[in-house]
Amino acid sequence: MSGSGDLDPTLREALIARLTAMADDELILGHRDSEWTGHAPLLEEDIALANIAQDEIGHALLWLEARTALDGSDPDELAFFREAGAYRNVRMVELPKGDWAFTLLRQFLFDAFETELLARLARSSHVPLAEAAAKAAKEEVFHLRHSGLWLERLARGTEESRRRLLAALEQLWPYLPQLWQPLPGDAALAEAGVVPDPAELEEAARGRIMAALARAGVEPPAEAVPNPGGRERHGEALVTLLIDMQSVARADPGVEAW
Amino acid sequence: MDTAPDPADTNAFPTPEAVWAALSDVEAPEIPVVSVVELGMVRAVEVEGTRVRVDITPTFAGCPAFHAIREAVSERILALGATEVDVRRRLAPAWSSDDMSDVARAKLRAFGIAPPRAHGGLVLPELEAPVACPRCNSFDTELRGAFGSALCREIYTCRSCQETFERFKPL
Repeated sequence: MSGSGDLDPTLREALIARLTAMADDELILGHRDSEWTGHAPLLEEDIALANIAQDEIGHALLWLEARTALDGSDPDELAFFREAGAYRNVRMVELPKGDWAFTLLRQFLFDAFETELLARLARSSHVPLAEAAAKAAKEEVFHLRHSGLWLERLARGTEESRRRLLAALEQLWPYLPQLWQPLPGDAALAEAGVVPDPAELEEAARGRIMAALARAGVEPPAEAVPNPGGRERHGEALVTLLIDMQSVARADPGVEAW
Repeated sequence: MDTAPDPADTNAFPTPEAVWAALSDVEAPEIPVVSVVELGMVRAVEVEGTRVRVDITPTFAGCPAFHAIREAVSERILALGATEVDVRRRLAPAWSSDDMSDVARAKLRAFGIAPPRAHGGLVLPELEAPVACPRCNSFDTELRGAFGSALCREIYTCRSCQETFERFKPL
């Protein structure tokens, strides 16, 4: 079992990279979800997605605080003053919000993966990571419930909802494998018991997603997907997202909110 | 991390007891009828001379009230005469709605928020359990939204008295 000070330099760097990647996934997804505030099709759904967005940002903070304990970095600095090229989120979460089906399907795919990831990270040999994961897992339950219900509703609702869901599935499917694609340092972290075995995690995540699609009466698209590459590669979408997300902080860099 | 003052240290000021009592004055910003102690957020109090350390656990990781709570806790303890206050955010054991006192539950109900019942770790079944209207006590209520005005709440309507109310989410 390791605490904040126990890791050798290689593992420490690897863990910093992993925490940053996970935090960036949450932060960018949270921002995309928040873009529906005031625009969602139903008031209750507007509220739901705003809550989910806030939770995701809270989870980003959990990971960044775990990183702070390792390298003294400042979460606000990382969130609001890094350029797109320095972000390490997967491409899937930075894609523009699209229609309601796209947003909720993307949320479901992420929630399904994260449910498996968090269950395993809660058993991490690195105690601060295990504690953060256990905390996030409790809240993730509500997300998966919500997005899972929407998968069913969209699939079985109307001809239009099903058409939009299937279109979203075609768009998102090629980006899915990047979620469980290991980072360069993950192999060493897995051996140390800090993160789960990547292959086992992938199998569990795939299994959960396939089972949910089957229950909803939806065929997954054909495999053979293009490799979106490493997490250092981003599209134009992230640049415009960050202009929006970082604008207030950058307008007055020295301001103290709390 | 104890709540009783060390009998051998007659000069301890403030005492852990005094700190706990003071923290009972710190209300949750969005639910001003309950204190952070009643919510079960205060995990530990340690006093060393006039230096005080408090461990607080967030209810929900993204709850923005935590910043305000942290400041209020610090101010309140400094007002007791402490020279240094260290408020630490502790994630483990993770906060559970079971950590809320029965007094807190009663205050929530009086405030108009249906309180979470004790769930013993079985949250999902508790989400489906019948919820009593805090206004008329009827169980003829239905979930309108699994998310509400704050991270900790869901929206219900009462078919009996026709009012909408929120429930504090079991976590």
